[in-house]
Amino acid sequence: MELNQLTIHELQEKIRSGKTTATEIVQSVFRRIDAVEKAIHAYILLTREAALAEADRADEAIRKGDIRTLTGIPVALKDLLCTRGVTTTCASRILHDFVPPYDATVVEKLRDAGAVFTGKTNMDEFAMGSSTETSWFGITRNPWDLERIPGGSSGGSAAAVAADACIAAIGSDTGGSIRQPAALCGVVGMKPTYGRVSRYGLVAFASSLDQIGPFTKDVEDCAILMNVIAGYDPRESTSVPAEVPDYRQYLARGIDGWTVGIPKEYFIEGIDPEVMTAVRKAIAVVEGLGARCIEISLPHTAYCLAVYYIVAPAEASSNLARYDGAKYGFRAPDSRGLLDMYKKSRSAGFGAEVKRRIMLGTYVLSSGYYDAYYKKASQVRALIKRDFDEAFQRCDVILTPTTPTPAFRIGEKTDDPLHMYLSDIFTISTNLAGIPGISVPCGFTQGGLPIGVQFLTGHFEEAKLIQIAATYEKNANLEKRRPTL
Amino acid sequence: MEFEPVIGLEVHAQLLTDSKIFCGCSTKFGASPNSHTCQICLGMPGVLPVLNRKVVEYTIKMGLATHCRINEACNFARKNYFYPDLPKGYQISQYANPLAEHGYVDIELENGKKRIGVTRIHIEEDAGKLMHDEHHPFSYVDLNRTGVPLIEIVSEPDIRSAEEASAYLRRLHEILVYLEICDGNMEEGSFRCDANVSLRPKGQEAFGIRAELKNMNSFRNVQRALEYEIKRQQYVLEGGGVVVQETRLWDDTGGVTHSMRSKEEAHDYRYFPDPDLVWVAINEDWVEAIRKDQPELPLEKRERFVRDYLIPAYDAGVLTTSRALADYYEAVVHLTGKPKIAGNWIMGDILRFINEEKREIADCPITPQALAEMIRLIEEGTISGKIAKEVIEQMYKTGKPAATIIAKKGLVQITDEGALVQAITEVMAANPKQLEQYRSGKDKVFGFFVGQVMKATQGKANPQLLNDLLKKMLAR
Ligand SMILES: [Zn+2]
Repeated sequence: MELNQLTIHELQEKIRSGKTTATEIVQSVFRRIDAVEKAIHAYILLTREAALAEADRADEAIRKGDIRTLTGIPVALKDLLCTRGVTTTCASRILHDFVPPYDATVVEKLRDAGAVFTGKTNMDEFAMGSSTETSWFGITRNPWDLERIPGGSSGGSAAAVAADACIAAIGSDTGGSIRQPAALCGVVGMKPTYGRVSRYGLVAFASSLDQIGPFTKDVEDCAILMNVIAGYDPRESTSVPAEVPDYRQYLARGIDGWTVGIPKEYFIEGIDPEVMTAVRKAIAVVEGLGARCIEISLPHTAYCLAVYYIVAPAEASSNLARYDGAKYGFRAPDSRGLLDMYKKSRSAGFGAEVKRRIMLGTYVLSSGYYDAYYKKASQVRALIKRDFDEAFQRCDVILTPTTPTPAFRIGEKTDDPLHMYLSDIFTISTNLAGIPGISVPCGFTQGGLPIGVQFLTGHFEEAKLIQIAATYEKNANLEKRRPTL
Repeated sequence: MEFEPVIGLEVHAQLLTDSKIFCGCSTKFGASPNSHTCQICLGMPGVLPVLNRKVVEYTIKMGLATHCRINEACNFARKNYFYPDLPKGYQISQYANPLAEHGYVDIELENGKKRIGVTRIHIEEDAGKLMHDEHHPFSYVDLNRTGVPLIEIVSEPDIRSAEEASAYLRRLHEILVYLEICDGNMEEGSFRCDANVSLRPKGQEAFGIRAELKNMNSFRNVQRALEYEIKRQQYVLEGGGVVVQETRLWDDTGGVTHSMRSKEEAHDYRYFPDPDLVWVAINEDWVEAIRKDQPELPLEKRERFVRDYLIPAYDAGVLTTSRALADYYEAVVHLTGKPKIAGNWIMGDILRFINEEKREIADCPITPQALAEMIRLIEEGTISGKIAKEVIEQMYKTGKPAATIIAKKGLVQITDEGALVQAITEVMAANPKQLEQYRSGKDKVFGFFVGQVMKATQGKANPQLLNDLLKKMLAR
C-alpha cells in the first residue's frame, strides 16, 4: 500500500516507529494528486510548496521528539475555511482573489496539532448545493464514477479523501454538506453538534446551521480529528463550553444493550431500493451487536425541507450582503456610481444558485412576509428540535439512510433545484435541531456506487456516534474497495 | 385652526467604552483613518461578533437613570441595508427585545416639570464615516467608528414644542454625562438626535402624518430645525395640503429642512435575530449592584442643594451643570460650612476664570481646599471681600494658596485701631468741606469717607472696623 492510502492512525504508527517521514507522506499524497486531480478536480488550490516546507519542519520536530496528534498528516481544507495568506474563495467569483489575514480557529487548531495542509478543496459556491456543480472553478467528479457528482457542498473534500488525494479533510455541513458527500463518496463524515466546533473563520452560509466537521477514511480517524477540532472558542458567541471527551476512548466499547431508533418517516417510498437494502442490512448488523432497534416517529419531518429553505436563505441573504465589491473580492470594472457598482459586482460575482437563495432569503425577511415565513419557520424549527428531544428519551441513537439515492449523474438535477434540494432530505433535520450526525459507508450498489448510513444522537453526544459507528464499521464486514482511477 | 406639534426624539449616544462593541479595537476619536480596525469590525468573511460586557452595563445604567424596566433578557437583530460605511451590509442592533423599556425623564420648563416617556433604550453598533473628495469623483471610507457602541434612546411622542424638545435633550445629555457613559460631544457625533414631527388640530387625539428630521448636530440646531419644521407643516396644512411622510435633512446654513427620501423609497431593513449572537440574560443581582453604584443624578442633586444648602434654584442649576463642578462645590461647602458664600465665589469667579480659558473644573488650579481656605481668611477678617477678589485672581494665575499671596503682597487687612484712626484723621483733615457737609446732616457723604480711607489703605481696612470708627470720629 502506498502511504497516501493509509489512515491517520496508521501513519501515526509509521511516524512514531520511524518507518516513514512526513516528507515521504506528503510527497506520496502529491504524487496521487498529480495522478488523479485532472480527472476528479477535488481542489481549487494546491499548496504544494508550503506543504513540503511544512513536512520538512515536521520531520525536524519528529527528530526532536515533538510528535503531535497530526504531525506530518496531510489534511485538505474546504475552501470556505479562512487560511492566513492563502486565498479563500468559497468557490465564488466574488471572492476569487480573497486572501484572509487570519486563520479560522479550526485551521489554527489543526496547525497546532502538526497537520500539513495540502490545499483548498472544491465546493458548491458558498456551500449552497448538493453536488459541487455550482463552483465558479468548475465541477468535482466522483472518484467512483467520473460521470457522477461527488455530492455537496463539500464535494471536493469528500472526493479527495475517497481518492486518497489527502489523508483526511475538513468540510462544513449546513444541511448535509458533510454527510451527503461522505455517503456518496464512500467515506466517513461527521457533523458535530452546533456549538461544538468553532465557526470562527468559517465563511458563513447560514450561521445558525453551519458546522465544521471531518472527512476521514475510517471512524478512528474521525475520532482523532474530533479530538483536535472540538472545543469552546471565546471568539464565537454560539460556541458552547461543554467538556470534550477523548473520542478515541469510545472506539471499542460496543453497543450492547443500546436502543436504536428507526424513524418511520425516513423509510419512505422513493428511496432507491439498493440504498434501502444496504441500510436494512446495517440495521441487522446493529441488532446483531446487541442493540435493540425500535420504530420511532419524528412527526415534523415533512416540514424540514420547507423550514430549511426559509431559514438558510434568510440568513444567507444577510451573510452575503458584505460582498458588495467595495472592500475586497470581485468588483465589476465598468460600473458608474455606487448602486451600479453593487448591482454589477453582485450580478457578475455570484452564480445562479447563490442569487436564487439571496432572493428567496430577502423575500422571506421582507416586511409583511416575515411573520408568515421566517417567524413561522422558526416556530416549526423548535418543533423539529422537540421531535428529536423526545425521540432521544426512548433511544440512544437514531439510524437512517444518509441519502435517498446514490450519487446521481452530473447535470442531472442542475435545472431542477427542487429535485436537487431533495437529496438532502435525510440530513437537513439534524442541522435544524443542532444535533450531531455521522455518515458511515454501508455498502455499494451493484453499479459500484457507495452507500452511507447515518447515525444521529443528542446534543454534545458525539462520543456515542463514534461508539456506534466504530462498532458498526468493525463488524459490518464490508468489502474493502478503492475507486479505480 | 390651531395646531399642536407632536414630537418624538431618537437620541443616539456613543458609549465611553475603551473598546468597540464586538471586537477589541479602540474607540478613541481622531485617529488616522482605518487605524482602529480589525477583521471583525471590517466585516471580513468568516469573522464573528462577541459582545462587550461594558456596553450592557452602561446601557443598564442609562436604563435605571431613566426609570426604565431592565428586561430579564434581550437579544440582537440585524438591520440590513447596503452602504459603504457599513462593511457587513447589516448593522447589529436590537429590535424586538431591547435591553430597557418603559421609562421616563422629568424635564424642567418655565411653568414647572413635565414627564416625557422613554419608550425604549437599545444597544447597537455605529457605522463608519464617508468622506467625499471635492475634486475627484471618489469617496473615502473611514471605519474607525464602525462598531463603536451606541445606545438609542427613543422617546414617546410626548413632546409638544421645540423648547420641550430642547429641554428633554439637555436632560438626557446631562444624565449621560453624569453617568460617565458618554462624553456628550455633539460636534464629534457622540450625541446625535433625530426627530419625528407631526401636527394635529388642537384637541384631536389622532396623530398627523410625520416627517423625520435628521442631521441636527447641536441643541440649537435641533430647536431651530423643529421650529422651522413645525412652521412648514403648519403652512402646508393651513394651505389645505397634506404633509408627506418622509425623511428630511436639516440644512444648517439655509435654516431649512429639505426632503431626503419619501416613504416609498424608505428601506425595508429586513430585521431578524442575529444568529451569531446569543440571548443576553440580565442577572438581577447585577442590576442591583449597578443601581447601588449609580451616582446622584443632576435633577435630584439640584433639588437636594436647594433643600439642604438653602441656595436659590438658579444657583443649584449652575452648580450642578457637571458632576465635577457639583463635587467641587460640595467639597468647598463641607470645608467651610458656607453654602451660599461658596456658591457665589464659584459662580462669580471660578467659573468665569475657567470659562474664559475653556478649561474644565478638574483642571482648575484653585483646589476646593484652597478656595475654602480663602473663604476662611475672609470670615476671620484677615482679608476683606474686596481684597479677596484680587487674591482669588492671583490664586488662579499662580496656583499658590491665598495666605502666600496675601503675605507677599501685604494684603492683610488693617484691623489695628490705631492705624485706622490715624488714616481717618488724615482723611478728615484733608477734606474739611465734606466733613462740614456730613456734620450738617448729609449722611450720603459717609460713603465718600469710606472710599477715601480705603484708598489711603489700598483697600486693606477692615470694613466693619472702619465703619464703626468712622461713624464715631465723624460725629465728634
Ligand atoms: Zn475591530
